[in-house]
Amino acid sequence: MSAVTAEHDHHDHGPAKGLLRWVVTTNHKDIGTLYLVFSLAMFFVGGTMALIIRSELFEPGMQFVNPQFFNSMTTMHALVMVFGAVMPAFVGLANWMIPMMIGAPDMALPRMNNMSFWMLVAGILLLASTFFMEGGAPAAGWTMYPPLVLQTGNALPFAIFSVHLLGISSIMGAINIIATIFNMRAPAMSLMKMPLFVWTWLITAFLLVAIMPVFAGAVTMLLTDRFFDTSFFDAAGGGDPVLYQHIFWFFGHPEVYVMILPTFGVASQIIPVFARKPLFGYSSMVFATAAIAFLSFIVWAHHMFTVGMPMAGELYFMYATMLIAIPTGVKIFNWTATMWKGAMTFEAPMLFSIAFVVLFTMGGFTGLMMALAPLDFQYHDTYFIVAHFHYTLVPASVFMIMAAGYFWLPKWTGNMYDEKLAKLHFWLSAISVNILFFPQHFLGLAGMPRRIPDYAVQFADWNMISSIGAFIYGPSQLIFVYIVYKTIKGGTGEKVTDEVWEGAKEHSLEWTLPSPAPYHTFSTPPKEVPTLSTSRS
Amino acid sequence: MSDDLGQKNAKLVRKLVFIVLGMFGFGYALVPLYDVFCDITGLNGKTASEAATDVKYEVDLNRKITIEFVTSVNGVAPIEFRGEKNKLNIHPGQYYSVNFYAENKTDKKMTARAIPSVTPGLAAEYLKKTECFCFSEQTFEPHESKLMPVRFVIDPELPARYKTITLAYTFFDNTEKSVKK
Repeated sequence: MSAVTAEHDHHDHGPAKGLLRWVVTTNHKDIGTLYLVFSLAMFFVGGTMALIIRSELFEPGMQFVNPQFFNSMTTMHALVMVFGAVMPAFVGLANWMIPMMIGAPDMALPRMNNMSFWMLVAGILLLASTFFMEGGAPAAGWTMYPPLVLQTGNALPFAIFSVHLLGISSIMGAINIIATIFNMRAPAMSLMKMPLFVWTWLITAFLLVAIMPVFAGAVTMLLTDRFFDTSFFDAAGGGDPVLYQHIFWFFGHPEVYVMILPTFGVASQIIPVFARKPLFGYSSMVFATAAIAFLSFIVWAHHMFTVGMPMAGELYFMYATMLIAIPTGVKIFNWTATMWKGAMTFEAPMLFSIAFVVLFTMGGFTGLMMALAPLDFQYHDTYFIVAHFHYTLVPASVFMIMAAGYFWLPKWTGNMYDEKLAKLHFWLSAISVNILFFPQHFLGLAGMPRRIPDYAVQFADWNMISSIGAFIYGPSQLIFVYIVYKTIKGGTGEKVTDEVWEGAKEHSLEWTLPSPAPYHTFSTPPKEVPTLSTSRS
Repeated sequence: MSDDLGQKNAKLVRKLVFIVLGMFGFGYALVPLYDVFCDITGLNGKTASEAATDVKYEVDLNRKITIEFVTSVNGVAPIEFRGEKNKLNIHPGQYYSVNFYAENKTDKKMTARAIPSVTPGLAAEYLKKTECFCFSEQTFEPHESKLMPVRFVIDPELPARYKTITLAYTFFDNTEKSVKK
């Protein structure tokens, strides 16, 4: 190693040399990269767990794993995917893109930014360590309902502390994003000129600040119930296990929107660029996002229609839930209207976005079905709900994270990705994701419960088809890793322009920067910013 | 100017941390709120935890209600627990007594607690118990068995739509928790 120490111009230095750069960095682009790489790794860890689940379910009967380990797989798959893959991926995108989109030099609190990343790693390592403990990893489902979860072996306190760490990490990330958006915008960047990705993240960050502490409180109550003789959820001591479900879903419902709102944001960045039209209904998009976020706080008990709520409660939560379809419908309408009569081209980010609009709408419709309290009694805890939320998470959140990767990789690296391979990745993913999850609707309607390692033979056919889909979908994602690697290493060799995508400059500030984006950008704020709202004042 | 920004950030972070702490507290506040809410609305089928006063009601002989008794033990608690009767046909306003039998199946002293629950939940407030083994913890000597009466009345105010009420008791073995105390 050569000793490169000369730093003549302090204001314009690049990244530090060596591996330590990644440990101590406070640069928003470095931390964004860390988050993205980490979440991609976790996506494969969680995906491997999913493949273990699908292998076991390939045929009826017990094949590969014992039931306890199977239950650990469903629990850990969910925890890793939610807290290790999807959420950090969006935080990574936020780190990379928000300062570049609002004309800021960096995040508002760079040191806290570094800390929240490493806390995430610590939390996930702590969670992974439970695999080696007596009694195995947590196996009571990611919702951790008592009294079942209190039977977890030695893993319980570690899982709870891990949730604490992950929670603190998300809260710090959220605070940082709010502070950045409120205090670091370029003078010309008024709130209603912010790109929608920034808007959706601002609202998501407020959700996180409001709900993660409630979740931390709920798991702390589990901890004291188990070890310190409190009786929050213990009926013998005057507590009530149903109370846990209320607290959990007060967190849990907004939490699922934490994973979907930035997805909406990414789609709202990509679709206008490839439709070569301004986003249709910019301000209605902002208000719809805010409305969804607000509604997410008042619908939680639709996750617990079967606990024995009285009729009035069921009706209230049913109608409130169905209300969410309105702002969501506004969004779907706006994306469709953006594409309407647009000069569309179908590069990989756009393909993923169109698949997202279609498949997410399907996930939304099954959500409406389950919002109906009387019907939910049939669907509750069956594969129907599994199919529903995987439709809203995989072809929505995961697809849009990958789309964001393709969309911004040229900006990040200065190189073009391999469009042919990306299209292959898209088609394999889009087809196999349906083979994987669509049959699960039928399984659920026929009555197959979720979280079981073995099932009645009547479910055999659809399970086999679903597993085949999983074994196409999973390995196809390796193509993405290869494309990313190849792009970083030079891509197709074609040098991209600053704008990368034709006309992208009119949609957001990051496309006015050079490609690859320099280590420090917008040290002086930009004078002009694109106007996104099409309504005339 | 950057000092200015630092101050602005610090101020905003303070506010946000305050929200975080507030929401952590709110999570805990949900516990009493839930109890108060259920108490007012009677939503979760909890009966009163103390004996009702012996009020004389007018007996409604024209109306018959079926009250069912369900007994269970929590998990694998080594208690034998059953009701003398599975169900009774009763008139609102009249007092009835039913015996429940419980036996400690172990060689050790045991502390146990029975938790009642009423279905449908909204009927719970009309079921008044003047005597119940569920009002306090029960101590059992090794292999001791007990016959425990429950004396109750259904308030004649019970809305007409309720024809059947189920009273369920679950016995919890609390020995470990009481030993620690």
